[in-house]
Amino acid sequence: MGKRVGMEVAIAAAEAVALCNIDVAAVYPITPQSHMAEHLADIVHDGRIDAEFITVESEHSSISACAGASGAGARVYTATSSQGLMLMHEILPIVSAMRLPVVMGNANRAVSGPLNIWNDHTDIMPQRDSGWVSMFAENGQEVVDMTIQSFRIAEHPDIMLPTVLNIDGFQLTHMIEPLEFPSQKEVDRFLPPRKPLATLHPDNPVSMGCFNMPDIFTETMKAKDVALWNSKKTIVKIWDEWGKQFGRYYRPVETYKTKGADTLILTMGSMGETASLAVDALRKKGVPVGLVKLRLWRPFPVEELRAAVKGAKTLIVMDRAISFGGAGGPVATEIKSHLYHDGKRPRVVDFIMGLGGRDVSVDDFIAMVERAQKKKDEGYEYYGVRE
Amino acid sequence: MEKKKMKSKAWPEKWYEVNPGCIVFVPGNAREYKTGTWRSQRPLWDNKKCIKCGICYIFCPEGCVRETEDGYFAADLDYCKGCGICAHECWPGAITMQEEGE
Repeated sequence: MGKRVGMEVAIAAAEAVALCNIDVAAVYPITPQSHMAEHLADIVHDGRIDAEFITVESEHSSISACAGASGAGARVYTATSSQGLMLMHEILPIVSAMRLPVVMGNANRAVSGPLNIWNDHTDIMPQRDSGWVSMFAENGQEVVDMTIQSFRIAEHPDIMLPTVLNIDGFQLTHMIEPLEFPSQKEVDRFLPPRKPLATLHPDNPVSMGCFNMPDIFTETMKAKDVALWNSKKTIVKIWDEWGKQFGRYYRPVETYKTKGADTLILTMGSMGETASLAVDALRKKGVPVGLVKLRLWRPFPVEELRAAVKGAKTLIVMDRAISFGGAGGPVATEIKSHLYHDGKRPRVVDFIMGLGGRDVSVDDFIAMVERAQKKKDEGYEYYGVRE
Repeated sequence: MEKKKMKSKAWPEKWYEVNPGCIVFVPGNAREYKTGTWRSQRPLWDNKKCIKCGICYIFCPEGCVRETEDGYFAADLDYCKGCGICAHECWPGAITMQEEGE
């Protein structure tokens, strides 16, 4: 096991990528991802890894360059945030439809407008239906671990899908944390070289990204959907392997003090740390509260979530995004939809909070638990909004 | 046996027969798809007016207009979509578009 170092998480993400034997990186800098882009460019420039760093003119180009390089058989990485991810939007479903294992780090930031550079999840939610594996990291160590895992997941022959690792902007990217890095030898053992199903090469011509007529498009869409659903069991296997090798275990849905809890808080990403402190404080006062954390967003871990919330009376979902004029936050909407047919299910309370970098403190979580007890309906509500 | 049967299919029928990423492993197999079925009009050449300039051959977006042995031109109706560009571009007016089924 490697030694512990104090490092900014964005820098650590680039260092983790450097351990993964990448061939190509095409990254366009954007706050709060910039340190990832800059540091990775430094690593390539300094000759620490044998890779191409393509200095593209936009995020639309960075993801397109990644798709092309991946088609040629390369191991590729890109990173972005907010508006950059929105600019990639057009290409994202193409990458997944072509089953290209592009790995992305996304420093979550609010989408304009108005312009706001701080953290929430409004950038990743519009990409929800693009067919990518989408995961959330909670702290710096998870960013390091999950960045390395992402390549293994994306390139696994039973998956072959692009992955996006969500890293909360500033709250995570700009934190300096004590981090443990695996050695190059350990990473090599975990992450073998990529073995693509096909590559673009004149000696063995294939066509990728061919068009579909109406008589086959539906079949292709189902094949893509099934591939994403099926990826979950392999992702879990890969996480188990990681756990066995490095001692840190990852699950699609993780729980904290849920035993005997009649009220559950559900978070995604960095908020989990703060929420667990709120759970500790409430438990001390005798309030039976627990915490459920969604690590895997796509494919959605239905069975795991169902098991995690079983027996609870109230499930408080923390949504850092909103579907305007719709059913509420995307996470709560998803959960309600999955639990709709369950005879016995918790009441889902949906709070829209932590938008555009607004801090959500331990006291806020406690206040939301109190508010949830009083709230009768299942409609969404903006927590902390000045009225 | 089953595999052999699938391989001989020009087109996947069921969703699980679609290649991952729709990769086409056989170069040039777009030829197997006859776009001529899209056509509602077909080009007809009047060789009395044709001056053998080949502008129809140059402008055909499908690449299905070919020179015949005697130097005139004709469309491969397996692929001709009936777009009429050849007739539009033929300045001696040797090509007319005729409704299919007439």
